Amino acid sequence: MAAKRLKTGSDFTWQDMEVGNVVTEPGSGALRRTGDWRSQRPILDKEKCNKCGLCWLYCPDAAIKPLEDGYYEIDLFHCKGCGICAKSCPKDAITMIEEEEK
Amino acid sequence: MTEKFIKFGKNLVTTEEFLAEGHSFCTGCGEALAVRLACKALGRNVIIANATGCIEVCTSPLPVTSWRVPWIHTLFENVAATASGVEAGLRILIKKGRMPERDIKCVAVAGDGGTSDIGIQALSGAFERNHDFLYLCFDNEAYMNTGIQRSSATPYGASTTTAPAGKLSIGQTTWKKNLPEIAVAHNIPYVATACPSYPFDLMNKVKKGAEVKGPAYVHIFSPCPTGWRHASDMAIELGRLAVETGIFPLYEVENGRYKLNVDRPKLKPVEEYLKPQGRFRHLLDQEIAKIQEHVNEEYAKLRAKVTCSAS
Amino acid sequence: MSKRVGLEASHAAAEAARMADVDFIAAYPITPQTHIPERLAEMVADGELDAAYVPVESEHSALSACLGAAAVGARTFTATAGPGLEYMHNVVYVASAMRLPVVMTIANRALSAPLSIWGDHSDAMSVRDTGWIQVFCQNSQEAFDMTLWAFRVGEDSKILLPVMVHFDGFHLTHVTEPVILPEQEEVDRFLPPFHYPFALDPDKPMTLGAFAPPDIYSEAKMAQEVATRKSRAVVLQGFQEFGDIFGRYYHPVEPYKTEGASTLLLTMGSFGETAKTVIDTKKDKGESVGLINLRLWRPFPFQELRQAVKGAKTLVVFDRCISFGGPGGPVASEIKSALYDEKERPRAVSFIGGLGGRDMSAEDFEYVIDRGQEIAEKGSEELFETVGIRGEVTGIRG
Repeated sequence: MAAKRLKTGSDFTWQDMEVGNVVTEPGSGALRRTGDWRSQRPILDKEKCNKCGLCWLYCPDAAIKPLEDGYYEIDLFHCKGCGICAKSCPKDAITMIEEEEK
Repeated sequence: MTEKFIKFGKNLVTTEEFLAEGHSFCTGCGEALAVRLACKALGRNVIIANATGCIEVCTSPLPVTSWRVPWIHTLFENVAATASGVEAGLRILIKKGRMPERDIKCVAVAGDGGTSDIGIQALSGAFERNHDFLYLCFDNEAYMNTGIQRSSATPYGASTTTAPAGKLSIGQTTWKKNLPEIAVAHNIPYVATACPSYPFDLMNKVKKGAEVKGPAYVHIFSPCPTGWRHASDMAIELGRLAVETGIFPLYEVENGRYKLNVDRPKLKPVEEYLKPQGRFRHLLDQEIAKIQEHVNEEYAKLRAKVTCSAS
Repeated sequence: MSKRVGLEASHAAAEAARMADVDFIAAYPITPQTHIPERLAEMVADGELDAAYVPVESEHSALSACLGAAAVGARTFTATAGPGLEYMHNVVYVASAMRLPVVMTIANRALSAPLSIWGDHSDAMSVRDTGWIQVFCQNSQEAFDMTLWAFRVGEDSKILLPVMVHFDGFHLTHVTEPVILPEQEEVDRFLPPFHYPFALDPDKPMTLGAFAPPDIYSEAKMAQEVATRKSRAVVLQGFQEFGDIFGRYYHPVEPYKTEGASTLLLTMGSFGETAKTVIDTKKDKGESVGLINLRLWRPFPFQELRQAVKGAKTLVVFDRCISFGGPGGPVASEIKSALYDEKERPRAVSFIGGLGGRDMSAEDFEYVIDRGQEIAEKGSEELFETVGIRGEVTGIRG
């Protein structure tokens, strides 16, 4: 993700436009840093986590990633801080804290 | 690349995200989750035709896209017609040998506005012509993307910007148009209601609808924190309450036979569902009672349909 | 061996779609286009044409379905008229902007209100700015030829634009005229198979119809404008190739006996053929007259028009449409605009007639030419003249 840069409209001259404005690269929107939206962020306590996967299942933003060991991690690049994961966790393993002031 | 799955009891859910992260749905959007889950149920062998609305706008801002499946948007009012063209176009190309025989499902995606109001003509036509496609209506109960204006799917008593609660009005004064019943009236093989709070039920129904030969319709309840004015972490809980109060029953109609997927001997009072939402905050007890009465009636009718269509 | 048959322009257009082996048809019946979808439905029902025939529930859905079909790579065709074209207006812009080739034949019909099922050019004029390639036909042969040509040009990978083929409602759609039908082998030589480079395909997922924030919309539209202008090259190539194979050569602007003529009459569509008889009669009497048939409407043939009117003193432009409260005759206004910067140009006189099925006789065209010459000499206060409309029209200039 670090190698690619998100394309924005201002990068384009009319000559750069694809025919019919077709977007040929699938999922190119994944480079959008929606994590900037957050006013609160989820903190996952691995000790309490039972790997049930409900947080991953219920995340509207696909901002929780499954790990090889069966645990999960929050994708802070995309997480908007809605708190659904914290609310869905049966083990209260996720808490929402105020997003740090930059 | 082998596909990976996560196991939830008997349910296997793919880890593939056909709707990419980084979309611009609101924080805590129930519709975003519903679309994400539906895409997992559909897999990669689809072509999605999408109407204008939240889903389209949040996923396709030039020059990038959130879609990892083939996707086409033309206008707001015509997704069922565009989908008809995709479906019949594919069929004829395969028939004429211009394309190898392939398993591709055409799926139309629209909001309640694009389905119940401006898009209903095209919907009805596509059903009547018996196109082999799945229509998914993501119902957040108003024209949300343009700023919370009322639709015919807005529930009685809800405040929207074009039917606002005020000194002389309680907001929406008409009852929510029953789209699943309209679909059933077209005699299509499969109609279902779904809710992201019941993710496996939703994914099973989407999959079932996709496997049907002929038109299928799944109406998906989509809580909207922005338009319904509820907390950003409440979409799942509200969806559950909607089902448990009978506001949004989960059912299927397969070739005219009704089946309630989630039922309880006693429904929770509707007030539990209405209370967490700012759009209903202005309602007086008498209005809530009216809503309760209506829900009771409709739910009884639904139970009766289950009984009488079982024979 | 090509054969000569009697066909209405509607049936001729349907036959062209059949010979082009069209894959997908979605159309809604509307007078006077009905014979087109009816004939196509018949062909499909009898197995003469292997196509998906989708009897949509409105014109809006007709064109919308065509877009979906074109997007998966099907050769698509539809037809409409008058209010039907208006009902799909929203979709018309989308077709060209999304660069989805669809061929649409239009049985030119008047727009409501009042309701009129009869012919004029108001439907065509309402879609001037929509970005489609557009041509007009004078007879059934041209309805056949231009429909075939439309597939060749619109589907060309350098073009990828939808094409409208206009022919007059009733005057052409419901009148049997001689048409020479080519051999299928010749059609196959002329028309390569359609391949849409951005076809919706799970193996190569692409996004069609993304929305444009303000920082990119202008570039998108400029790209479309340039592509529309550049289509000219293939438009002309298409005419050339058509002539080479079928023996009939068409041109963006077709002068008729205009050499040395001081007064020219410009027409579009079938009424030009009536006008040509008047040109012949007048020339026999020694009058210095000629006619220009404007065939290519979009992209507008500026070069050819300017060339065609060189040396003429008077150019009478005949419109079958009123642009209310504006320039009067839309074609006349475009012609005037095209000639504005020319150092030498004829005096353009605008005539409006033939509205809502009102016929134009040879006498009417004689009047048009004579009165046009009179106005060119003496001047006029009026924005446009009318022909065949009862009641005097004066003081029309705002």
